[in-house]
Amino acid sequence: MSGASAQAPRRWRPAPRIANPWLRRGLWVLAVAYVAFAVADMEFDVERFISGIPRGVDMVASMFPPDFSRWRLLVDGLVESLQMAFFATGIGLVLSVPVAVAAATNVAPRWLYALARVYIGLSRTFPEVLIAIFFVKAFGFGAFAGVLTLVVASTGFIGKLLAEEIEAIDPGQVEAMRATGAGPAHVLLFGVAPQVLPRFVGLMIYRLDINLRESTILGIVGAGGIGAVLYNSFARYEYDFSMAILLAIIAVVLVAEWFSGYTRARIT
Amino acid sequence: MTGAAASAPGSRPWQRYTRGQRLARFAAWLAAVAVLVWSAGTLDIHWPFVLDAPRQAGDLLGRMLPPEWPFFAQVIGPMVETINIATLGTLLGAALSVPVALMAAQNTTLNAATLWAARVVVVASRSVNELVWALLFGVVFGPGAMAGMVAVGVSSVGFVSKLVAEGIEEVDGGQVEAIAATGASRGQVLIYAVLPQVLPTIIGVLTFRWDINIRQSSIIGLVGAGGIGITLNNEMNSFAWANVTVILIAIFAVVMASEWVSAQLRRRVT
Amino acid sequence: MLTIDKLTKTYADGHQALRDCSFTVPGAQVVAVIGPSGAGKSTLIRCINRLVAPTRGHVHLGDTDLTAAGTAGLRDVRRRIGMIFQEFNLIERLTVMENVLAGRLATVSFLQAFLRRFPAGDIDRAFELLGRVGLDGYENSRADALSGGQRQRVGIARALMQEPELLLVDEPTSSLDPKVARSIMGLICELAGERRIPALINIHDVGLALGFAQRVIGLNGGRVVFDGAPEAVDEAVLTRIYGADEWRDAFRQEGGEDMLAAGGAAS
Ligand SMILES: Nc1ncnc2c1ncn2[C@@H]1O[C@H](COP(=O)(O)OP(=O)(O)OP(=O)(O)O)[C@@H](O)[C@H]1O
Ligand SMILES: [Mg+2]
Repeated sequence: MSGASAQAPRRWRPAPRIANPWLRRGLWVLAVAYVAFAVADMEFDVERFISGIPRGVDMVASMFPPDFSRWRLLVDGLVESLQMAFFATGIGLVLSVPVAVAAATNVAPRWLYALARVYIGLSRTFPEVLIAIFFVKAFGFGAFAGVLTLVVASTGFIGKLLAEEIEAIDPGQVEAMRATGAGPAHVLLFGVAPQVLPRFVGLMIYRLDINLRESTILGIVGAGGIGAVLYNSFARYEYDFSMAILLAIIAVVLVAEWFSGYTRARIT
Repeated sequence: MTGAAASAPGSRPWQRYTRGQRLARFAAWLAAVAVLVWSAGTLDIHWPFVLDAPRQAGDLLGRMLPPEWPFFAQVIGPMVETINIATLGTLLGAALSVPVALMAAQNTTLNAATLWAARVVVVASRSVNELVWALLFGVVFGPGAMAGMVAVGVSSVGFVSKLVAEGIEEVDGGQVEAIAATGASRGQVLIYAVLPQVLPTIIGVLTFRWDINIRQSSIIGLVGAGGIGITLNNEMNSFAWANVTVILIAIFAVVMASEWVSAQLRRRVT
Repeated sequence: MLTIDKLTKTYADGHQALRDCSFTVPGAQVVAVIGPSGAGKSTLIRCINRLVAPTRGHVHLGDTDLTAAGTAGLRDVRRRIGMIFQEFNLIERLTVMENVLAGRLATVSFLQAFLRRFPAGDIDRAFELLGRVGLDGYENSRADALSGGQRQRVGIARALMQEPELLLVDEPTSSLDPKVARSIMGLICELAGERRIPALINIHDVGLALGFAQRVIGLNGGRVVFDGAPEAVDEAVLTRIYGADEWRDAFRQEGGEDMLAAGGAAS
């Protein structure tokens, strides 16, 4: 046996993630101070909250039973949302191919690459709703602005992921194509496309899922779909109608999620 | 739709699909095209508006540029509030997700009822957009950052719980069993055997969600729930487009920075 | 003393994994449980500490009826039984020390476990055990940075940390190379001997079983078909346990023929 039992008890503490004690404590103090500041900055109004509780209860109570009597309005809005999502996904998909090619370091020239990356950065950074506001300003209210928004967001999204896929392709196959004397178009078609196609279909389904969700909300800023109906029902305190719309949206999202999962499982 | 892989030259020969499979693939393609045409045909496009759009857009751009830089001073406050909403909302969402994730995982849930209750919560949280949650909580808390924070928290619950529950379901049962065999209580098994295994997932999901929440917090102000969105709305309503540009630049910078920070954090957990 | 009385397990799918198993382990004794794959060896061990709920029968450890223990009682029962696994089942992302201290979880509160605040006495004993299994200086290594043999040593230390009255060991060496396997078997038997506690060891390697155990129990189809000294294990017995011929192949692979010829003299 070792002689450890004869010595004073040995100490052990779990090793901290950050070894330097001062840095560790400093970070803790900073974190706590920040949260304290952020909470204080919320300007939480207790009185407003207390008076808000009955309002909230009233709202929830008036949501039930959901009112489906104006189902025509609901269905029209929902169909428009679906159409926006489908159409934008289709167009977005087609347009994302040139974007992706332009944004792949291994195939695009420098200047084009830079341009494509700026476009992708902008379209991915700004939330869809924000982009929609500007399209509504430029094209007026309606589904067209919504479709454009979703197209821009989709091309940025698919374009980025697809570009990464293109950058990761096996250079051997591209070399082989070049060696046969094929031009750039041929290289893309025969050397690159086959390697990225499965992923492409997966991305399309994924993005369709996102576009369906977004299309139900863009109406809030006037870009078409069920969102406008929903927003109006809120503004008019018709919460039972709001609830009906929300339930319909949830149903659509669930179906979309199921479809997306089902198709993606079949592809891979 | 899956036919794409087969028809591409140079890929594996498509003889490996039976005639029936090829037909199914063709039918899927056809259906996709039909849906596309149907969607396009019924889109109500106002051609005068569209034709006028380039002029409108050019006009707008002219008003937006150059940015009104001095306005930046008035952007900082709301921008900080936006970040606070996102961060506190993520923390709130994390706290609310603890019970939901545990109940939504097959191997830690109590019974069939808790499993389904958790799944309903996840679906509701995920399918209802942040803006809608912000509208709902605006009724309770009044317009402002508080409603925004709660909306961000509630809408994070579904995302976080779903992914963490999936992580819990993938936990190595042997490690859990070993801890249970020492005589540990149920709670101890959770923190000693399950938590260490899902911790990387939790941190990854939370930082990712925080990144998403920064983006979302910048728009919930459009429905009055605090943050930079309120400033944006005000400036647009008063047609101060050069100020709007400054706001957009600020949002862009913060979102980019948050993406970088969250990627750094994720890289550090192993 | 461990008493197993007519233990029977029928899984939910109707499969009878154990049929009326009975035997007694008096005092300190290393018992090797051998049998073909699917014989019910793991089921037997798991029914004892109730990781698997037995269908019928009783298990007594000393005076305690393990099969009758309620939720709180079960925790105490499990605390009194150390278990060692084939796949080690360490918490991979925790340190060696945290893994060893897991053996004390039944004696600390939820909060203590969360903050890893174990009593100083426990930490002292954990250091001592780490030294005993040959892992001095490894306390702050992460478990997933260790070799297979080292991991099993941590597993052994964790089980002994419980101050168990019984060791349940499920194929401790199947994931290890033969040389390490011998040293791990030796370590388990030695430590059980030092602490004068019985050990029930499931093992595929008949050579190792005969070499280290003081008693051999043969299972086949969920029944005890042999129970006796290693010296009594001959071809006829092995045929009874494993079925005709099959055991020869398995046995030859393990290089155990010499062991059998020597009549299990190593013990
Ligand atoms: N959870 C379970 N559900 C249904 N049947 C099970 C379950 N666990 C084990 N079995 C079955 O019970 C029988 C005994 O299994 P057990 O794991 O005890 O065998 P074993 O002797 O340990 O085998 P091995 O040497 O392969 O580890 C096997 O036929 C097995 O298929
Ligand atoms: Mg087994």
